[in-house]
Amino acid sequence: MLNHLRPALTLVVAMTALTGLVYPLAVTGLAQAVLPAAANGSLVARDGAVVGSALIGQNFATDRYFWPRPSATGPDPYNASASTGSNLGTTSAKLRDRVAGDIERLEAAGVTAPVPADAATTSGSGLDPHISPEFARAQVARVAKARGLSEGDVAGLVERQIEGRTLGVIGEPRVNVLELNLALDALKT
Amino acid sequence: MTIIGWLQISLLFLATLVAIKPLGLYMARVFSGERTVLSPLLSPVETGLYALGGIRKDKEQTWLGYTLAMLAFSLAGFVALYAILRLQAYLPLNPQGFAGMAPDLAFNTAVSFVTNTNWQNYGGESTLSHFSQMAGLTVQNFLSAATGMALAIAFTRALARSKVATLGNFWVDMTRATLYVLLPIAFVVALAFVAMGLPQTLDASVTATTLEGGQQVIALGPVASQEAIKQLGTNGGGFYNVNAAHPFENPTALSDYLNIFAMLSISAALVYTFGQMVGSRRQGWALIAAMAVLLIAGVGVTYFAEAQGNPILTSIGLDPAAGNMEGKEVRFGQAMTALYAAVTTGLSDGGVNGMHGSFTGLGGLVPMFLIQLGEVLPGGVGSGLYGMLVFALLSVFVAGLMVGRTPEFLGKKIEGREMKYAVLAVLILPLVILGLTAISAMLPAAVASIGTAGPHGLSEILYAYTSAAGNNGSAFGGLTGNTPWYNTTLGIAMLLGRFAYVVPVMAIAGSLAAKVKVPASAGTFPTDGPLFVGLLIGIILILGGLQFFPALALGPIVEHLAMLAGQTF
Repeated sequence: MLNHLRPALTLVVAMTALTGLVYPLAVTGLAQAVLPAAANGSLVARDGAVVGSALIGQNFATDRYFWPRPSATGPDPYNASASTGSNLGTTSAKLRDRVAGDIERLEAAGVTAPVPADAATTSGSGLDPHISPEFARAQVARVAKARGLSEGDVAGLVERQIEGRTLGVIGEPRVNVLELNLALDALKT
Repeated sequence: MTIIGWLQISLLFLATLVAIKPLGLYMARVFSGERTVLSPLLSPVETGLYALGGIRKDKEQTWLGYTLAMLAFSLAGFVALYAILRLQAYLPLNPQGFAGMAPDLAFNTAVSFVTNTNWQNYGGESTLSHFSQMAGLTVQNFLSAATGMALAIAFTRALARSKVATLGNFWVDMTRATLYVLLPIAFVVALAFVAMGLPQTLDASVTATTLEGGQQVIALGPVASQEAIKQLGTNGGGFYNVNAAHPFENPTALSDYLNIFAMLSISAALVYTFGQMVGSRRQGWALIAAMAVLLIAGVGVTYFAEAQGNPILTSIGLDPAAGNMEGKEVRFGQAMTALYAAVTTGLSDGGVNGMHGSFTGLGGLVPMFLIQLGEVLPGGVGSGLYGMLVFALLSVFVAGLMVGRTPEFLGKKIEGREMKYAVLAVLILPLVILGLTAISAMLPAAVASIGTAGPHGLSEILYAYTSAAGNNGSAFGGLTGNTPWYNTTLGIAMLLGRFAYVVPVMAIAGSLAAKVKVPASAGTFPTDGPLFVGLLIGIILILGGLQFFPALALGPIVEHLAMLAGQTF
């Protein structure tokens, strides 16, 4: 065993330098030089101020904006420094009661039953930036009314914001809530 | 289930199939010590490493020497990682100023990464400094995977050679696996990940002012470099708490594909490498066929179960058309989440793109069951291959019993000694998983960690020990695992699952290497045809499955029936 000590120790140290420092720092250097926007979190700015990341969901609660999915992060929804899902099982009474409460809230806001599945369930990350096209369409009337816009204009905006499947096959159709709401604000002016 | 969903699943498997041969041949060259296209660049580094360590690269080791070298290396890696986690407050690259990890959590985490498990009792973005992520976790992502590959190659040599006492040199195999296979591929994959949107920066976070005027602190870091090796090494420990469900680890459908492809391709190709090195590519393909049948069946069952939705929620007004969306991301949907869940557990990856704990009973049974089968579909890099070879030995032994001939595998007679070690190895998993689950189910302090009551609670405990002993790392996350009891016992389960399994397996390798390779005769049972593939699948299901069926019946199966009956807990 003792004759294994020297190779074990030297290789752990040398490999730490190689795979733990040289490798990630080389990737960082190259990424920052060639793909700075993506490497720094795909941030979205408006009027010079960072309003979020195109990849990370953020919370919207007022009628003037499209709402995202419910989020399980704490203490606030869409806490982007502490991702988490609800991890509740399908037979959980807590899950059923929470979903029932959300369905009630959505129906009060004009979403008709059956409610789209993503609208009343929390995502795995708690930071899902997307909603389904069905959930977006179900919110058109509420948002149009709150902003005094025509439903047709808002509905048209939603349709333009729908992202299809990559290469027509992989992934699911979706709408990025932050980008939709930014486009909505731009529509007003 | 939809046609487009199955198309998504098929395309990924096709892409993997295409990669198997070139990658498998490349690795065969690497482990035979031949020159490769990367030699001009890497061979000086390799020579330098050997000189530093006093390693004579032509000096081969016996099975015992090889195993002791592997144990010494794992121990050194554990000590280094434990020290880094405990001392991170005093180390550089800690922009958030995180304190050192508590002793029990640091023990659990260090064991977790050294054993290629990557169970996460910590939340990455809220606990670990960049230094710990890079020089601690990323390093073991490389080294634990390279260790698994080295062990598999040693076992392969035992079957390829005739009447020898040695299996190769652990230091050389491990070094070459890191330098020539993992490091260059990880570099390319990491850059591809950045292009798809994964952050790669030394900054800690950005504060955004949201459209509604709130503050959102967005955690950043060197994510892409860790994600690449996390998947290539079938490690699965994510930069973030929620792993590859996090939009920064897995922002698009394409990055999801690359995630799955990265974890699947090296493991599957290593089986081809095995066929190439033992001189029977057909044998490699036969093993790959058995793996593929079981894995695709697993994807199908989970996809079917999840696409139905949760009838309890359907009854209160939720549309079941999009399936069970709790714990899943809109961009992936049901097919790609089911695919990820089955592949991550058929392998020993443990990364997730949706929360397994929120799957339906049947949908969550599949990932648990695939780990319990021994993670051989195609398993962790290396560990899956030697696990599968143990099943192959058991299969020819059973076949030999049926016809009354001494069983042979690739010209090696399989006798009592090998069978005793093989049975010893396959008993480790049920012993650790069922034993520790039973003890925990009786301890009030352990039961208090449960997140969802009823049968799902038992599933949470069972899944935790299954994942730990199987060196997987995925979880039914409702269980609060960061307690002294779970940190300690899960750590022990991970150690037993890795090392108590591999020592008898290496003893088999030593015993096989010493045997004469006899040429096939008319009475030899062919192990590269459909009959053998069918037998192998049967043995895996019977051995792996029956041992766990009673426990699964009490957990996920009861849960599924309760869900269909509309009962909540």
